[in-house]
Amino acid sequence: MRTSNRRRSTLSFLLAAAAALAVVTVVGILLTETAMETDFSRTGLPPSLDALFGTDWMGRDMFARTLSGLSLSIRIGLLTAAISAAVALALGIVSAVCGGLVDAAISWCIDLVMGIPHILLVMLISIACGRGFTGVVMGVALSHWTSLARVVRGEVIQLRQAPYILTAQKLGVSRAGIVRRHLLPHLLPQFLTGLVLLFPHAILHEASVTFLGFGLSSERPAIGAILSESMRYLTTGKWWLALFPGLSLVLVVMLFALLGDRLRRLLDPASVHG
Amino acid sequence: MPPILEIRDLSIHFVQYERGFRRRRLPVIRDLSLTIQPGQVVAVVGASGSGKSLLAHGILDLLPYNGQMEGSILYQGEPLSPRRAEQLRGDEIVLIPQGVTYLDPLMKVGDQIRRGRKDPDSRARCTAALQRYGVGPEVEALYPFELSGGMARRVLIASAVVDRPKLIITDEPTPGLDAKAAGRILGHLRELAEEGAGVLLVTHDLELALTIAHRVTVFYAGETIEEAAAQDFSSSAGLRHPFTRALWRAMPQHGFHPLSGAQPYPGTVDTGCPFAGQCSRCRPDCVQTQRIPLRPWRGGAVRCLFPEEEASS
Amino acid sequence: MGRLGHRLRFAGKKLLRMVLLLFGVSAVTFALMAASPLDPLQTNVGQAALGSMSPEQIAQLEAYWGMDVPPLERYLSWLIGALHGDFGTSLLYRQPVLTVIGQRLRSSLWLMLTAWILSGVLGLALGITAGACRDRWPDKLIRGYCFTISSTPAFWLALLLLMIFSVWLGWLPIGLSIPIGMDAASVTLLDRLRHAILPALTLSITGVANIALHTREKTIDVMESDYALFARARGERPLAIAVRHGLWNVALPAITLQFASISEIVGGSVLVEQVFSYPGLGQAAVTAGLGSDLPLLLGITVVTAALVFAGNLAADLLYGAVDPKIRRGAARS
Repeated sequence: MRTSNRRRSTLSFLLAAAAALAVVTVVGILLTETAMETDFSRTGLPPSLDALFGTDWMGRDMFARTLSGLSLSIRIGLLTAAISAAVALALGIVSAVCGGLVDAAISWCIDLVMGIPHILLVMLISIACGRGFTGVVMGVALSHWTSLARVVRGEVIQLRQAPYILTAQKLGVSRAGIVRRHLLPHLLPQFLTGLVLLFPHAILHEASVTFLGFGLSSERPAIGAILSESMRYLTTGKWWLALFPGLSLVLVVMLFALLGDRLRRLLDPASVHG
Repeated sequence: MPPILEIRDLSIHFVQYERGFRRRRLPVIRDLSLTIQPGQVVAVVGASGSGKSLLAHGILDLLPYNGQMEGSILYQGEPLSPRRAEQLRGDEIVLIPQGVTYLDPLMKVGDQIRRGRKDPDSRARCTAALQRYGVGPEVEALYPFELSGGMARRVLIASAVVDRPKLIITDEPTPGLDAKAAGRILGHLRELAEEGAGVLLVTHDLELALTIAHRVTVFYAGETIEEAAAQDFSSSAGLRHPFTRALWRAMPQHGFHPLSGAQPYPGTVDTGCPFAGQCSRCRPDCVQTQRIPLRPWRGGAVRCLFPEEEASS
Repeated sequence: MGRLGHRLRFAGKKLLRMVLLLFGVSAVTFALMAASPLDPLQTNVGQAALGSMSPEQIAQLEAYWGMDVPPLERYLSWLIGALHGDFGTSLLYRQPVLTVIGQRLRSSLWLMLTAWILSGVLGLALGITAGACRDRWPDKLIRGYCFTISSTPAFWLALLLLMIFSVWLGWLPIGLSIPIGMDAASVTLLDRLRHAILPALTLSITGVANIALHTREKTIDVMESDYALFARARGERPLAIAVRHGLWNVALPAITLQFASISEIVGGSVLVEQVFSYPGLGQAAVTAGLGSDLPLLLGITVVTAALVFAGNLAADLLYGAVDPKIRRGAARS
């Protein structure tokens, strides 16, 4: 029986998805100007070849607004996921390496953060930072590190008992040296996958808090803001204002989720089978 | 009367990825042949990790999804297709697994033996089966984690034989038991054979296997290297393959002489005899010959270019 | 130490941890709100109105919004009050915080309870089906659904349902058209039900995905276990195995999962209530957040966190009741 080589096709998929996301990001940045342009001669147009996603009540092109919103979402997603993952990595390692009181304190913090529903916590942090860009970035970044921190902690504790680490300790390699030379290389695959899998959550939560009014200001063409505005025009039958931006966001999030899933499968040693 | 089970040239392999993007087939069993007559106990003896358990699973068509099987299996003279295996397993062909992990941890023992049936007849048969192995009816209300090792093993045998099977496959029935308990379990297996069933005993313990087996198949690195009658083991001279003789000499009553070196993993030796690395009689031909066939030899079979003669050793 | 004593001590330890965590939650929430650079007067009274006020009036307002007291002092006085059952007064609603939360929680509770039960039952059923039919079409279908839903923001799904069922088909009311401050007495039960259908549906649809995916993983673990192999060797069919052995063995992790989903459902309700203008706790949280109503938002956060922790506690206790190892093991020791 011959099946296609799954690893090779996984890699090509990874590259294609990353390229698609990169294109959306760049095109979105380039379209930001167009996205803000108003044209009162063509307000509230339904989708057509001229305006693919239609126009809104100020005659702004929804296609440009959607793309530039997606670009903004992706960039915020990358930023927040990176901060989140860094926090998770640091706290997870510190927790596992120090143990005792430090470990207990960090575990307690994780429980605490997990006890507050995500959206509420993002709202609270955003308020503390005065809302806006800083608010949403800090909010999303500081509420998403918990699960990954637990994974890192568990992994490090397991590694610490590995025979070769114990040997290195006996040989007098310093703590920092062990962390750098033995722990980090082993953690990297787990960490990378965790990082990519953070993107979808980060993007969804950014859109959600912006939608609620705690995130990016409504002048910015962010998906959350676009959808929040669209609510006012729903009853008048302007369905395209909500449909296309939302659908595009779903597609981008799905792409990120697939990317993370495939990466996990590629890096997971258990996937040698099949 | 056809044999209960006849296996010809059976190979089992797995598909794996190694380092990056290369796929490979990992053979775990190569060219295995054996025959079981009614009333016979046939032992398959090999070291841990030599793929023995997969043989048991393969016959029942229970291999993991990435496992593939080639060769032919005949049950009572007819091919044992996956469909037929599915119909027969549990009724005519049963498995006695290794240990307590093969029982559902959250279900009471009695319910598991009865496979969910609640009628009085099933209950009576369940109690009778347990009683046959000296297990009282109170055990039916226990959970698996409450059983001792020996008790669990007896429960597993009882669960297999409630339905009068014709072929019994047992996978390592004795590890973790003391000699007395292990002897009792093997006695039960022999008893089942005397009642007319065929028994396939898969084990790593040659000594225990010899106490009940009629015929023995020896496994080395996933290959059958010798097929012999149990009485051939009464002296080293009766054996055909250097590895079997080494096994014989490693038995406590024959001097406890260990064999130095380690068995290669299945599939790591492509050409030549897999035993070459540990063989004291290895010659250049043994390493260079592409494939060494299993051939009939003195009433058994051996996979060796220069089989042991009766006089030597 | 008897079996009961053992369980009680376990529950007591968990309860103590929960109380400590609640203290932490209140402190963190308060600190975050107090650290905010947003001026509650500007947001609620408005720049123009402030400009036309006398300094005395402004000072009075500042006192009302608690801006003249140092944060630590305010927190301590709140804490002392809270310990006596007084969570302060909502600045926007001008009612005791607990009264507002009580009202809002009552209307949200139905929503969340329906969604919680529906998503739990459906998620379990779909997860077991997918796991038992691994890699065949039911699995692919269910996985596809879960994957799509978990990539969909809850509020957009709510918008979509609103567009379909209220605007296009006209079957259900548009939440937006109902005034928020409508007199509670004038709303009939049927009316309430009609308003709750879409929010509950949205929450259930989103809640299913996570539970189904996790249950699927657990079911696969069970199907690959030694005891499932033995059941197959004994002639049991895969679907029968999934039901007979899978259900119970999956039930244990499912309990934990189900109670852990409380946090998600509460979070989802914040978004969904906003879209449907459903007068529940989530909507109150958004209003309080946007209007810098510190006591109310603090109260809501503490209450929802208490719900989440209580869920975890319930899961731990139930786990012990279902798992025979803990049940009988404790009886023995």
